[in-house]
Amino acid sequence: MRKIVLWAPLVLFLVFAGVFAHGLLSPSSRDIRSQMIGKPLPAFSLPPGAPGHPPLDRAAMATGEPHLLNIFASWCIPCAAEAPQLQQLAEAGVAIDAIAIRDRPEDVAGFLARWGDPYRAIGSDVDSRVQMAMGSSGVPETFVVDGKGIIRHQHIGQIMPEDVPALLAAVRAAR
Amino acid sequence: MIAEAGLAALWLAAALAALQLLLGGLGLTRGHADMLSGVRRIALVQALLAVFAFVCLIVLFLQVDLSVALVVANDHSDKPWLYKFAGTWGNHEGSMLMWVTILAVAGGAVALFERQLAERTLIATLAAQAAIGIGFYAFLLFASNPFARLNPAPAEGQGLNPLLQDPGLAFHPPTLYLGYVGLSIAFSFAVGALVTRDVGPAFARAMRPWVLGAWIMLTIGITAGSYWAYYELGWGGWWFWDPVENASLMPWLAATALLHSVTVLATRDGLRAWTVMLAVVAFSMSMVGTFLVRSGILTSVHAFAVDPRRGTFILALLILYIGGALALFGLRVGTVKEGSRFEPVSREGALVVNNLLLSAVLGIVLVGTLYPLAIEATTGEKLSVGAPYFNTAAGPLALILVAVMAAGPLMRWRHDNLKVVVRRLALPVLLAALALAALTVLAPRIGLLPRLGLILAAGVAAGSLAPLWKRNLRRTPLFTFGMVVAHLGVAVSLAGMASESAFIKETLVAARPGEVHDVGPYAVRFDTVEPVAGPNWTAVEATLTATRGDRTPLTLRTQARSYWAPVTETNEAAIKTVPDGQLYVVLGNPGEDGRWQLRLWWKPFVTLIWLGGAMIAFGGFLSLIGRVWRERRTARRAAEVYA
Repeated sequence: MRKIVLWAPLVLFLVFAGVFAHGLLSPSSRDIRSQMIGKPLPAFSLPPGAPGHPPLDRAAMATGEPHLLNIFASWCIPCAAEAPQLQQLAEAGVAIDAIAIRDRPEDVAGFLARWGDPYRAIGSDVDSRVQMAMGSSGVPETFVVDGKGIIRHQHIGQIMPEDVPALLAAVRAAR
Repeated sequence: MIAEAGLAALWLAAALAALQLLLGGLGLTRGHADMLSGVRRIALVQALLAVFAFVCLIVLFLQVDLSVALVVANDHSDKPWLYKFAGTWGNHEGSMLMWVTILAVAGGAVALFERQLAERTLIATLAAQAAIGIGFYAFLLFASNPFARLNPAPAEGQGLNPLLQDPGLAFHPPTLYLGYVGLSIAFSFAVGALVTRDVGPAFARAMRPWVLGAWIMLTIGITAGSYWAYYELGWGGWWFWDPVENASLMPWLAATALLHSVTVLATRDGLRAWTVMLAVVAFSMSMVGTFLVRSGILTSVHAFAVDPRRGTFILALLILYIGGALALFGLRVGTVKEGSRFEPVSREGALVVNNLLLSAVLGIVLVGTLYPLAIEATTGEKLSVGAPYFNTAAGPLALILVAVMAAGPLMRWRHDNLKVVVRRLALPVLLAALALAALTVLAPRIGLLPRLGLILAAGVAAGSLAPLWKRNLRRTPLFTFGMVVAHLGVAVSLAGMASESAFIKETLVAARPGEVHDVGPYAVRFDTVEPVAGPNWTAVEATLTATRGDRTPLTLRTQARSYWAPVTETNEAAIKTVPDGQLYVVLGNPGEDGRWQLRLWWKPFVTLIWLGGAMIAFGGFLSLIGRVWRERRTARRAAEVYA
């Protein structure tokens, strides 16, 4: 019995080392996935985020048709970089709603004038409350929301040109 | 030239470490008695070469030699000289070079000063120290070369992370590393003793000063790091349960347990296997800490280099050294004779409880730190473990530990009478009861843990002074004073922690210049906001005046700074210390219509936390001096008797 106890520290350590090795060798991403995927959108109602666009609330999202919800900000450089891809998606017939994070309507208007305006409704989330409720941890992020208002897919970071087909497929799958 | 000289010195040191291991091994197996003096000399030269390499790197940083890649990445000619100097270790390669240098210096110190340990055990110890050295030299030379050149050399360096541009960087990492790596001596002693099967009081007495020395440095390093985070980060907290903080706390917990069990082994020849185990665990925790920080497996302010190849290298070293030592433990400790036995109610009994509780807290911190990694490895889910877990799981155990700490020194070795012990504890218990009564009347609504903390602090403060009661203070050995001061330091620190969390006052406002806001006993007037410029930053500086009754008003200046190399924003808190606490003010972002975010804290007696930490370290220092004196005197007397 005593013999076994003496080897216990080594065994315990090797288990730890195994976990470490696994953690090191398996490629890990630093992205934080939303816990909300597969769940309905949280209830929210936001003031208008830019002149000329309707404001955004939970009811406006459950329209029967799947669409994209883009989380962006005028101060965010990757958001400007993904603008052409959003334009491309809008031209493919996907409805895109947006939430502007910690922003001002006049700045958003300037951003849209400069980088293009693919959006339908835009809500203004000045204290990131809705963003957090969505399980989003940064800008830009893009969610695929189905016709019943259930979150189907999350894209973290800017949409690259090669991401467009996958997003279109996700929208189609949510139909 | 300097970079090449440093690199050559590093290679030579690595070769000498290999030679030291080889000769040590030969000395042990072939039994050459004259091998020891050779091994001692090699260890010394190896230490000198490592120091030389480290000094080379410091010179490169001071000169801002932009043909060296590491200097380019971390240095900038606009930086004040102190940060050029301290920036040497404010990066991955430099801090690993410091790690290895301290490892070599620790080995060299043992070679130079250790005269008590049996010769064979000392050879095995120095060989073990060299074995650790080889692995980490290899890590530096093959995976983290600090002297790599950059061609062509750029015109300017990229600068140092502004959070690290603080005098704290000059003290915190070196002291912490001295503690971390100093524990390698305990590890090598344990391995040496296992190899020669020589675990006994003489071994414990030889090991004790080295453990004490490393433990003092670790205590200073943690205390300084806590204060540094407190004033530099501008979050107002003094401990965040950040994985890297935990990485420094774990070796400290193990070393604290070791410090107490080694006393049982030295005085009463008990706890043999356990002491050896703790010596292995303490340095293993240092290495695990290094691995967690340096592999990039954890994300943290301290993890400057994220490189899985380096992580794999360090992991291989960990498996080799920790796995090897634990295997040796499994093989050999069964043949180490069991030490002498004792009754549960005795000094040894109290120290065993101390060890068990410290180990339990260590386990809780270890699990909390590694749990997110294990979960991510198995399910891919990301989560973090924070203060609620650590405080609720470790807090109560720590409080029990502190209570035992008051009782332990009042017990006799081998066996004691429970009734007599209780009688000796009468005064501390009375003081604790008074504190309880006072708190119930004056502050009925504070939380349970802070309340218990304050009560215990009162009782333990009295309890830790009790060993001096009715003693002739002139004849009391210095190490007893050391214990009293260190234990009192724990009570002082606990009082600070409990008081801060029980009575803290916080005000968060969007204020315009001219407004007055209250926090605790102070009325703080927001006077002006003005731009100021420093050597490598610009800032907006808010000036505030704090008044309290008719005392002299305090002027506070807090800055929101922008550094340009690299471009970063930091908040410089304004902190004013008064006898009964600290006023802590941080300037935040500008808001609309000329308002500024201001965060005001009143933290009663918060400074006791670090004062206590300093007392703990000072107690350790007294103890170290006392032990070394006594051993010297005994050795001299023994020599006179034989002469």
